[in-house]
Amino acid sequence: MAEIVQEEGHKKGGKRKVKKHGTHIDMTPMVDLACLLLTFFMLTTAFNKPKVMEINLPEKPKENEKPPELDKNRALNIILVQNDRVLWYVGLADPNKTLPVLNEENFSKEGIRKVLLERNKALYMSIATMNRDVTVGKLKLSRDSIEGRVKRFYHADKVGPIVLIKAADGVKYRNIVDIIDEMAITNIARYTLVDINPVEKTMVQAYLAAHPSVTAIK
Amino acid sequence: MGKIKIAVKTPRIDMTPMVDLFFLLLVFFILTATFRPEEAAPIKTPMSTSQTPIPDSHLVTILISKDDKVFFNVDNGTDSTEHIRAKVLQAIGSNYKISFTPKEIKKFEGLASFGLPAVKLKDFLNAPDQKAREAMQIGIPIDSLDNQLTMWIRFARTYNNDLSFAVKGDGDANYPTVKKVLAVLQDNNVNKFNLTTDLKAAEIPSDFIIK
Repeated sequence: MAEIVQEEGHKKGGKRKVKKHGTHIDMTPMVDLACLLLTFFMLTTAFNKPKVMEINLPEKPKENEKPPELDKNRALNIILVQNDRVLWYVGLADPNKTLPVLNEENFSKEGIRKVLLERNKALYMSIATMNRDVTVGKLKLSRDSIEGRVKRFYHADKVGPIVLIKAADGVKYRNIVDIIDEMAITNIARYTLVDINPVEKTMVQAYLAAHPSVTAIK
Repeated sequence: MGKIKIAVKTPRIDMTPMVDLFFLLLVFFILTATFRPEEAAPIKTPMSTSQTPIPDSHLVTILISKDDKVFFNVDNGTDSTEHIRAKVLQAIGSNYKISFTPKEIKKFEGLASFGLPAVKLKDFLNAPDQKAREAMQIGIPIDSLDNQLTMWIRFARTYNNDLSFAVKGDGDANYPTVKKVLAVLQDNNVNKFNLTTDLKAAEIPSDFIIK
């Protein structure tokens, strides 16, 4: 602690000197206060800013404009249902033909993610290889040019699935975010959110009636 | 008699470096702290693996709470001279034939998200305390009959064409509400927007990991 002790002068020649005290400031309250404020600011400061997930939805089709044709072999339909369950099928559900079989998955890494990765293997592997090369230092790229390359990969994708995300009743916002996140993790080039159609609704109803709980699968 | 007494000295610790450090940290935290006004509703955002940070300013945030209420927030601009909130409020006011006093406008600028029909705005700004304000937050009407969210988005865009949009929904919000909000955004030609999330790590099945 800062402390100045002054030596008292000896009395000389009868002159009386005023007795000087050493200036000694007790810093404890100040330290207490500083400590308190420090704790307060440390606890209130939010260092990690919230993150955002960017999504691009297709523009609303104008009137008398036909929606683009979809290659039905590439169409992968994901139907989200209540209680965090995920159903999927490939192709289009045509009521005049035999309806496709619904498969059930969950949101774990061995669940829908594996399905998507298997179907998107070519694209995923080329992007993952590039990312690996960048981390090892084989490839020197700036962050922006990595993004540009990924976009080019996406654009050139001709075989990967076109994912149509649909939500049945009772789906929470969390599920939608999860599935869009799956698209990002598995590098799906083309996906969109669409409304569930009546045929799929009946399919889902039939499926849920047959498999009322998640434990019923596999 | 022959005992030697050891003089007990009070140990004196020099606190100066500690105090110096405290003040240094204190100044650092004071300067980095950003005070955000309290949000209209507690929102627990879902997790994603996205690492993009949220834009700092010129951001419209649409909040969706757990009980499916919709709130709106627009920031006041990069610095205090832009007064985006004030301009948006005045525009809404003139649309609804409500005139706001400078005091009310100032109050509005200091608030964060809000969710109530526009006709109630004046009462809202004159509410005596936080509790009374909270009671009025019943969500912005987004039905097709009275779609006030569209109006807020349009007016916010009038004063700033360079806005980015973020949807901050609670993980437990029902999807139909979210869908309605997204539809409103699409109707206003906002096809590119952000979903606010918390960070989590991505796990890949082992056969897809490149060594």
